[in-house]
Amino acid sequence: MAESNNMSNYDEASLRAEVTAWLAANWDPQLSLIDWRTRLTESGWAMPQWPAQWYGKGVSAQLAAVVAEEFAAVNALGVASGGPGRLAAVTILEHGSDAQKAQYLQRILTGEDAWCQLFSEPGSGSDLAGSTTRADFDGSQWLINGQKVWTTSAHHATYGLLVARTDWDVPKHQGLSYFVLDMQQPGVEVHQLRQMNGHASFNEVFFTDARIAADQVLSNVGNGWQVALTTLAHERRLADVLRATAARSKLEGPIYEEERAETAIVMEPYQWYPQRAGRVDLVGARAKSTGAINDPAIRQEIAKLLIMSQTAEWTARRARAAQEHGRPQGPEGSLGKLASSNVARAASHVHTLISGADAMLTGSDSPLDGIIAEILVSVPAISIAGGTDEIQRNIIAERVLGMAKEPRADTGPFRDVPKNTV
Amino acid sequence: MQFSFSDEQDQFRAIIQRFLREKSPTTEVRRLMATERGYDSEIWRQLAEQLGLPAIHIPEIHGGSGFGPVELCIVMEEFGRYLLCAPYFASSVLATTAIMNGATAAEQAELLPPIASGERIATLAFTEPNGRWDATGVELTADLAGGDYLLSGTKSFVLDGCSAELLIVVAREPGTSGSQGLSFFRVEPDAAGLVREQLQSMDATRKLARLTFTNTPGILLGELGSAAAALSRTLSLAAIALANEMVGGAQALLDSAVSYAKMRVQFGRTIGSFQAIKHKCADMLLEVESAKSAAYYAAQAAADNDSDLPALASLAKACASDAYMHTAANCIQIHGGIGFTWENDTHLWFKRAKSSEVFLGDPSYHRELLMQNREL
Ligand SMILES: Cc1cc2nc3c(=O)[nH]c(=O)nc-3n(C[C@H](O)[C@H](O)[C@H](O)COP(=O)(O)OP(=O)(O)OC[C@H]3O[C@@H](n4cnc5c(N)ncnc54)[C@H](O)[C@@H]3O)c2cc1C
Repeated sequence: MAESNNMSNYDEASLRAEVTAWLAANWDPQLSLIDWRTRLTESGWAMPQWPAQWYGKGVSAQLAAVVAEEFAAVNALGVASGGPGRLAAVTILEHGSDAQKAQYLQRILTGEDAWCQLFSEPGSGSDLAGSTTRADFDGSQWLINGQKVWTTSAHHATYGLLVARTDWDVPKHQGLSYFVLDMQQPGVEVHQLRQMNGHASFNEVFFTDARIAADQVLSNVGNGWQVALTTLAHERRLADVLRATAARSKLEGPIYEEERAETAIVMEPYQWYPQRAGRVDLVGARAKSTGAINDPAIRQEIAKLLIMSQTAEWTARRARAAQEHGRPQGPEGSLGKLASSNVARAASHVHTLISGADAMLTGSDSPLDGIIAEILVSVPAISIAGGTDEIQRNIIAERVLGMAKEPRADTGPFRDVPKNTV
Repeated sequence: MQFSFSDEQDQFRAIIQRFLREKSPTTEVRRLMATERGYDSEIWRQLAEQLGLPAIHIPEIHGGSGFGPVELCIVMEEFGRYLLCAPYFASSVLATTAIMNGATAAEQAELLPPIASGERIATLAFTEPNGRWDATGVELTADLAGGDYLLSGTKSFVLDGCSAELLIVVAREPGTSGSQGLSFFRVEPDAAGLVREQLQSMDATRKLARLTFTNTPGILLGELGSAAAALSRTLSLAAIALANEMVGGAQALLDSAVSYAKMRVQFGRTIGSFQAIKHKCADMLLEVESAKSAAYYAAQAAADNDSDLPALASLAKACASDAYMHTAANCIQIHGGIGFTWENDTHLWFKRAKSSEVFLGDPSYHRELLMQNREL
């Protein structure tokens, strides 16, 4: 286990010196990915911000960035970072018992175990706390019955982060508990779900008397919503992961290939995600190559799109800058999701105008080997996934602008709250 | 101008609806869209024999039922609502109208009866890989060689181009440009030098093809070099028919969105009780009804031989395209995640809306035509 340095032992120079020395002694691209990551997690350099007893060094975010720089300088690989595993790690770190941390954390970081997030249900999407998957304690273990949906990566997950209802007689947020579920058991059935763009990124997961041992509740029974909020707060931008692996895409050697293979599997469900954002980056080249750039009506639409996407980008930069300077984030921080929906829709419209009759085609007959068609049929997802536009507007109006909430119909005991019948 | 349908027209609509409810549920749409040809010849036969729909606007002397654009548009609206998979737009709208506008009486007497009876499926090939929807985009040439015309060039985005049994092709005399020198030709599907390739269409319920002609024999229809006006009239009626098809589809989506919003519960109440959803639905209704007004008005104008037809056709096409796309996007949005799945039917209409938006020219193209054709 790592030496137990704490935050106060480091300044930037000493940290940089220590990590450089450690890398010089330990980074070895000849190791297998798992062997390297095992060595890495045990050193504490894997997650510098984490506490020293759990694979970290207990340093600040700023100093952790120094560590990342030194890793990048020698092209040393980090821990497994894509997909829901990371969400599991932060949630277990914050809410898990020591026994749970010891059982799960390291294998998440090494990438040996894959995880999935079992939150959304057919009956509760926007209303995530309206979960009706039930967890009943039979005296020795929990029995799970119900259904989850939109579960990315469930088809190759070892474990799932499950939110289920343990008490029906209290208001909805208070009756939920948070479990670690073993996905590889007979009571768990996973079906792939196909989307309108032809991809199958998600799964439906059915539970029929699936079993969970009594010691696999995270935090306390009834505290599931609080735990779920931790997970939701860490939903990471996939773009970061893609950028990081893209930066290493030219490196040769078996360990890099192993990492690329891992990324390919983890990222497979997300292949079309750039397209759902509208691919503004393709607009200029498409307009020029088709001659649409000379059409005054299309020029206007392209200009509107550029204004929209540039301002969205700058608004996000303002939010990030405020954060980096330790200032409270202004309203700009809440607007990004809504702005990205507007940008995506406008981009889809512009791609249609530019492509003209070709917009009727798909697959290899569609421009850019199908990318244009994929944009047109993927953009509808962006205003739904991760919280719909309507929910974003409610959040902005209520939390940012301080406007009154609508009267609620779901504050009583959950048993009595009107629900979907199908 | 007639602003309501007659009782007979309403009854006619009800008959078509009954037929489609039974014959074109979305399970059938899904089955047929996955086939190469894209339609069921038995359903096509029933549509022709029981309802006489391919004959609808063909004159009685040519085996038709002698109705006009309004009845044709009623059919289109219902086909759009039920997403019927059939070569109707290709054969009964595009090809039939082109023949009626461009062929001589004798040629019509020969070509129209089998189309009216549904025995022969025809299509009109006029768009080319350049994707232009007007006469000036035609580059395919017809050369006179020893009394025969030989066609060379490429047509694209040809509706049901691979399955059609008769091709009406727009070609130009070499050396001409613009609306000069254009003629209609009939080409047999097995003609020499003709290659037909299916294109992968986003809307799988509409089969598109690319046709390559290499010295392919064609028989002239109508008078040489004078097809431009007939083509333009044909495209006006086609745009109006498409606008009516689109409003039928938009209405189906609106109905689906509203009924889902009334049923789906989140936060202990139906999502339709949230103003955000309610207002969206009200706005959709306004847009769909406006588009219907335009589509119906244009159909009546076609029946009345209104001199303003090109402008009205463009108005209706632009308006219906936008309404259909907006309704489709909103319908997915109101369904939430389930609306984005393959299993849910919304995407079938969404894709039809997308392809109809650009088929025969996108809304900005038609808004420009409206400005050119309308006295302000
Ligand atoms: C591409 C994609 C990726 C996804 N990825 C994930 C994932 O990784 N993990 C995961 O758990 N889920 C995921 N989801 C599910 C997603 O989070 C839900 O679809 C979304 O939260 C909406 O829930 P729902 O589908 O149940 O729709 P509903 O909540 O039923 O919403 C239906 C409609 O009602 C509106 N509505 C609901 N409540 C209100 C309100 N209070 N006021 C106004 N309007 C309201 C909604 O805006 C929407 O228009 C994904 C979905 C998609 C399409």
